[in-house]
Amino acid sequence: MTYRLGIDVGGTNTDAVILDKNDQPVAKIKVATTEDVTTGILNALDGVLKDSSVDPSEIKYAMLGTTHCTNAIVERKNLARVGIIRIGRPATLSIKPLISWPEDLVEAIGGYTHIVHGGHEYDGRELAPLDEEEVKRAVKDLKEKGVESVAISAVFSPVNNEHELRVAEIVREIMGDVPISLSHEIGSISLLERENAAILNAAVVKVAEIAVKSFENALKKKGIDAQLYITQNDGTLMSAEYALKYPVLTIASGPANSLRGGTFLSGLKNAVVVDVGGTTTDIGVLVNGFPRESSVAVEIGGVRTNFRMPDLISIGLGGGSIVEEVNGDVKVGPRSVGYRLEKEALVFGGNTLTTTDIAVSLGRIKLGDPSKVENLDKTLVEKAAGKIKTMVEEAIDRMKTSPEPVPVILVGGGSIIIPDELRGASEVIKPPHFEVANAIGAAIAQVSGEIDKVFSLEERSREDVLKEAKEIAVKEAIKAGADPNTVEIVDIDEVPLAYLPGNAIRIRVKAAGYLKI
Amino acid sequence: MRSLDKEDIENLAVGAAILGTGGGGDPYLGKLTAIQALDEGYEINVVDVKEVPDDALVIPSAGMGSPTVIVEKIPKGTEIINAFKTLSEYLGREVYATMPIEAGGLNSTFPLAVGAKMGIPIVDADGMGRAFPELQMTTFHINGVTVTPMALADERDNTVLLKTCDNYWAEWIARDITIRFGGTAWIALYPMTGKELKKAAIPGTMGLAEKLGAAVRETKESKGNPIDAVLDVSNGFELFKGKIVDVVRRTTGGFARGEIKIEGIDEYKGQNLLVHFQNENLVAIKDGEVIASVPDLITLLDLETAMPITTEAVKYGYRCFVIGIPCSEMWRTEKGLEVAGPKYFGYDVEYKPIEEIMGGMQ
Repeated sequence: MTYRLGIDVGGTNTDAVILDKNDQPVAKIKVATTEDVTTGILNALDGVLKDSSVDPSEIKYAMLGTTHCTNAIVERKNLARVGIIRIGRPATLSIKPLISWPEDLVEAIGGYTHIVHGGHEYDGRELAPLDEEEVKRAVKDLKEKGVESVAISAVFSPVNNEHELRVAEIVREIMGDVPISLSHEIGSISLLERENAAILNAAVVKVAEIAVKSFENALKKKGIDAQLYITQNDGTLMSAEYALKYPVLTIASGPANSLRGGTFLSGLKNAVVVDVGGTTTDIGVLVNGFPRESSVAVEIGGVRTNFRMPDLISIGLGGGSIVEEVNGDVKVGPRSVGYRLEKEALVFGGNTLTTTDIAVSLGRIKLGDPSKVENLDKTLVEKAAGKIKTMVEEAIDRMKTSPEPVPVILVGGGSIIIPDELRGASEVIKPPHFEVANAIGAAIAQVSGEIDKVFSLEERSREDVLKEAKEIAVKEAIKAGADPNTVEIVDIDEVPLAYLPGNAIRIRVKAAGYLKI
Repeated sequence: MRSLDKEDIENLAVGAAILGTGGGGDPYLGKLTAIQALDEGYEINVVDVKEVPDDALVIPSAGMGSPTVIVEKIPKGTEIINAFKTLSEYLGREVYATMPIEAGGLNSTFPLAVGAKMGIPIVDADGMGRAFPELQMTTFHINGVTVTPMALADERDNTVLLKTCDNYWAEWIARDITIRFGGTAWIALYPMTGKELKKAAIPGTMGLAEKLGAAVRETKESKGNPIDAVLDVSNGFELFKGKIVDVVRRTTGGFARGEIKIEGIDEYKGQNLLVHFQNENLVAIKDGEVIASVPDLITLLDLETAMPITTEAVKYGYRCFVIGIPCSEMWRTEKGLEVAGPKYFGYDVEYKPIEEIMGGMQ
């Protein structure tokens, strides 16, 4: 028997599941996330191994979803000193890199910047030739400054990546084996946002290394010799090796895992997924079984970026949200008792009225000591329940694309507070194992390949270009470890570039398939 | 004369997005060029229209071309300075000040860094009081000021001096030069004297944008009602409050056209609003009756944050206020309506000032 292990490290809880080869959960657990993360992972491993009596040596695949990188950026901790090379002279000088960044974040990464001649025009012409001597001088300076990681961006690199690639070669020649983040591999059109994404990526390489190492060590300690994968924010997997190169793609992988877990557990490919945690609720949309991507710039730690991110709404409502009366009105959240729920909620003998108490009082769930909420004021309970319902309904409505009712899947430990009927929902599904949907989403995740490139339709037909793009995406997925027989195109996005001659079109194609086992 | 600090610039950018009436591009990039100019030690000075001597030469500045290119090939920052040099040499005169041609959108914020780096002030005025898509849609044009002689420049120090027979030809030829430059050009245009400025420009629009932005940002912090503050500052009207239930889009003739359907909530429950747009919001129809139309300003503001919603980003499910702001009186003349009235945009609507419509309803 071979098993796979899924672990999702969240802000409050670390969840783990073991699935058998038929994707059936044989063990699941929720433990508190620890400051050092590793202890939490070890505790979770202990739990699932004990629960299932699975022989650790039979676990062949281990998938990790982690918030290490997000936390590092938000807390400005353990970030690498980054050297930044922008290729765009003589243009772009009026807005230098890092101008819009929060000061403390710039301080944390050092942020040594050079702008050199080069880059391209929208139609692929050179904006200016690459001046290799100038590049060498810049790289030598960065080396002297002791940078630990290098971010490279060039004007219109999504159209033509030659200059970014050549500068990367020069960096290797001079600095040796330093991590390099190329903007065209991470973000899309819009120089500042793409450059920001590359710089953030360069900043979290050390953190990613720590995360992967500590995961590896935890597994080793428990006698698990498995192939290691990390989940990324489109709900698919990357190899540990790839994750070390593109760690920024792990940001928002948690909600993506919940969405993927939701689709797996419910069998629905198109639905709204409501993931209720202790303090917040994330609402996302499944399109063909994958998270819908955000179409607008997303801010991370105060920095505007444009790499693909799941389209999410986050509201301040969770199982630990505090319910209080303010001037005759009932207020729910955003204040929360968070991980202290099992000490502070009324049903657990505490003194704080929480959304969980409301759920118990309404008889939606049996938890703790229900007698503690017997004497709650009925109007208060009803008002709070109404408020919770409206908050979720409005958020769901904002995520829909039309007034048609859609299926809603509830996942996450806190989803006990959500009623079985919601306006705008054709049905409300709370699948089995809903509380560990994120760990299951990690365990069953597929591997993907992607292409995002600007093509010219001057001499080729649209069909021809699309075919090429699809082939490249499929090839990338197989290269990443997908079983060729299961690879499917899961997303195609075409954007004609407006106001320009030459019929330029930007095409993004994603293919995904199951791990070749 | 007064100086702008970073706070003023942040406010200006938010206000310019409100005056952009859903289109005109994001004032974000121009804001960053201004902030960098301040970081580099330059000063951004603003003068009122009445401070400008009658015989002084004022030249507005702007970016032209594809927004997709502007967000990628960010300007060097000296392009417009080259254009100014070329134009002022041709005219044989020193430039006294620059200014934006539009108070809304992308072009509202770029002139700040230009003025700062050239060491000249920016006039608190513009030629639209909002955002419009074409070079001749300005109060300069309707008051007889010509687009050319104009100068166009790129980051390689290519500079073109252009003189055309009329303002429509200027728009037509300049577009082609822009393509050769690589999709964007940085332009100095509509040169005018202080005397012409006083007649043809809409005064105080930059200050208005700053106040609008401050109203949104400050009341949000103090948890007040930003919509009331915005209406108060702009002499505007609350047209509607509702939820967007449908957005229809189509691209024709290079414009993103479409309609936004909004279903009333709270005191507007049971009513419906339809907003027609072509890049900018142009006509608002409540239950079959036109309640606001171009050149008056129609803007959608997010119900919670009061931040403006662009026609690009608008989608099902947004909850918003719709507000209307009276345009400059210059747009309400026969010539003004001919250049930018509802008929020019293809709507069979007789323009009526928003104050009259709203006054009649109350």
